[in-house]
Amino acid sequence: MQPINEMKLEFLSKSNNESFARVVAAAFVSQLDPTLDEIADIKTAVSEAVTNAIIHGYENSIGYVKMHCKLYEDSVEISISDEGKGIEDIELARQPLYTSKPELERSGMGFTVMESFMDKVEVISQKDKGTCVKMYKTFNSLK
Amino acid sequence: MQIKFSTKGSTLIISIIGELDHHSAETVRRKADYEIMKSTTKNLIFDFSQTTFMDSSGIGVIMGRYKNIEKLNGKAAAVNVNDQIARIFEMSGLSKIIPICDNIDSAIKMM
Repeated sequence: MQPINEMKLEFLSKSNNESFARVVAAAFVSQLDPTLDEIADIKTAVSEAVTNAIIHGYENSIGYVKMHCKLYEDSVEISISDEGKGIEDIELARQPLYTSKPELERSGMGFTVMESFMDKVEVISQKDKGTCVKMYKTFNSLK
Repeated sequence: MQIKFSTKGSTLIISIIGELDHHSAETVRRKADYEIMKSTTKNLIFDFSQTTFMDSSGIGVIMGRYKNIEKLNGKAAAVNVNDQIARIFEMSGLSKIIPICDNIDSAIKMM
């Protein structure tokens, strides 16, 4: 299936880009005219994935985070990727309440939130190469 | 993001104005802990009436403040929580330890 629109964005792994990334994603999907709740779901999921790239992927060193969005008639596919340290055990990382950084008051709910707000979340990661989180959502309001 | 504090008796009300994410979490953590340490604070209320966004970084911040007030034998509650934030409260189990109340008065009564 061919997307009807597509965009790519690259930005530094600075925490003030978390809000930048989610606002861009929200603005991009808005052209499909989903509901405000659906847009809020996208913003939250993007925020989680970008925060993970910054905190865990780059561990607060500076690198580029990439966002790639594809729009279809009534759905969106969003990939957030980094070239950071990668995730050793993806299954463990996706467990609710698991965090590798409890000292930073991380809740360990990032992937759970992404899974709950999107329809499907895929994680591809390689140690010292980076991580790509692919998220899919169909806008039920547009079906 | 802005953070405002007010008190009602010995209850500290923390209002988060704007977006609570990883970027703004550190400010909330630092400012809230400073206020909590003032000897007059017994209980905490988080007011989300002006919070426009919160993700899982917010859970960590709220949980951390709850632990601090719990050490002082205090309690915590959340008020004016919108649907999006309520969902995050529910899925993380946060609502089991920090009850969501309709408004500040009912939260104070409950505590």
